[in-house]
Amino acid sequence: MAAAGSPFRPRERREQPVPGSRRRAGIWWWLSLPMLLFLTVPLLALLLRSSPATVTHYLRTPAVQQALALSLGTTNVTMVLAVVLGTPAAYLVARRRFPGRRTVEALLDLPVILPPAVAGVALLLAFGRRGLIGGPLGLEITFTPAAVVMAQLFVASPFFVRAAALGFASVEPELLQAAALDGAGAWRRFRHVALPLAWPALLEGAIMAWARALGEFGATIIFAGNLPGRTQTMPLAIYLGFELELDMALTLAVILLGLSFFALVLVRVGLRKW
Amino acid sequence: MHFPLRHLLVASFMLLAACSLGEGAQRQTLTVYAAASLSGAFAEIAEQYEWEHPGVSVRLNLGGSQQLAQQLVQGAPADLFASANTEQMRVAQEAGRVAPGTEVLFATNRLVVITPPGGTEVDTLVDLVRPGVRVILADEAVPAGRYARAFLMRAGVAGGLGDDYEKNVLGNVVSYEQNVRAVLTKVALGEADAGVVYESDALAGDVGRIAIPAELNVVASYAIAPVADGAEANAASFIAFVLSPRGQAILASYGFGAVTGMES
Repeated sequence: MAAAGSPFRPRERREQPVPGSRRRAGIWWWLSLPMLLFLTVPLLALLLRSSPATVTHYLRTPAVQQALALSLGTTNVTMVLAVVLGTPAAYLVARRRFPGRRTVEALLDLPVILPPAVAGVALLLAFGRRGLIGGPLGLEITFTPAAVVMAQLFVASPFFVRAAALGFASVEPELLQAAALDGAGAWRRFRHVALPLAWPALLEGAIMAWARALGEFGATIIFAGNLPGRTQTMPLAIYLGFELELDMALTLAVILLGLSFFALVLVRVGLRKW
Repeated sequence: MHFPLRHLLVASFMLLAACSLGEGAQRQTLTVYAAASLSGAFAEIAEQYEWEHPGVSVRLNLGGSQQLAQQLVQGAPADLFASANTEQMRVAQEAGRVAPGTEVLFATNRLVVITPPGGTEVDTLVDLVRPGVRVILADEAVPAGRYARAFLMRAGVAGGLGDDYEKNVLGNVVSYEQNVRAVLTKVALGEADAGVVYESDALAGDVGRIAIPAELNVVASYAIAPVADGAEANAASFIAFVLSPRGQAILASYGFGAVTGMES
């Protein structure tokens, strides 16, 4: 399935050597070195500053366990919601032609470039106790784990919708037409043709959305606040721990780094096997 | 054709000389590093000071005292440092950026309980322990957060609000914010029923206020000192202005208290 390939090479194919050029990566390795070093050295410094002993020690403290449990719990809910709410939107922009489709696409993508702090303020003004919707409905969402999930969903959903839309778009139109000729309705065409063919892309998108939600900070601290065990996710605990207890912050940072890297490797390597 | 080149060189040197001369004759800049809570008061003080000292322009660098102290430690150029607590002044002193003993206390700040505009169920300090009341404090990493905890501890033990007062109020806390201004904003937006901030913050926002009795309150002391390698004369005259009756009146109008025993 092409959709589960690398985003760096959307169309994985055997490259024909250009006549007259020896295909050597050597020079490009050297030219890429500054970028690679720039990205690797800080992470290396983080790992070197920490130690397995400190990590195992702090893993047993309630502060780290609470943040870890809350982060894993909320990001899993966020991922499920992103799939449930994002799949119809992805199918819509991938397979339907309607006026304003580009605008809808841009809207679905907007949170990727929007500063998370803007997302947090916007959520507060919409769903806060005296917010646009929160006020009339009498909502009390702010400062609850539900607010954490909403903040994560806002910033992470595009990662799912984007990947899912690419997956749906790569389904051959002939297959859907054939199914339609055989009398399959819109739902059955989606359920039995598009979904089975696009699911690796959906899975990839779900994992990417989960990973982005795991790192969410700016919208969370504004909309959900910061209370250990309730709304203090790992990134928040790292930020505040940096000023109080550096080793605790480092432990959480190492765990976060490991989880994020694992998610990316899963997407890039694991899913390509299918 | 070497003549035009030489003319060009001479001309550029003259231009350069003129520029540096012009700079000397131009206004001098006084760079003041000031705690974020001083932003309103120091903007007005700077304006008044500039008006009285034509030829000097004041540049304010506002931020958390801790951030500013770190910038000074890293060698950032500055002429004055005004810190929200003596702790961060000591950080700058230990790094050699401020000479020990040169700092002057110039203002104080106290805590106050704030409530959303239009009021909520919180009217007195006792109401903070009522079940379901949403309270926001600054995080422990923030000085205001530490002061708030100290107030709650005193209120329970010495304030006659009950032995469990601190515990019950902390049980109502829905968020520990990363700075004191975030507490103000969220209470002003009505997201919480009460918060604890500085008097000067409360004046800056559209919020209701519940005074904390003096015997339970915590006093934050602000210190100002010239930076060791800065412009000495202007720094001294700026400090004098801050301590003068006019400077003190501006600080008072922004909710700051006077330092007891200070001549004015």
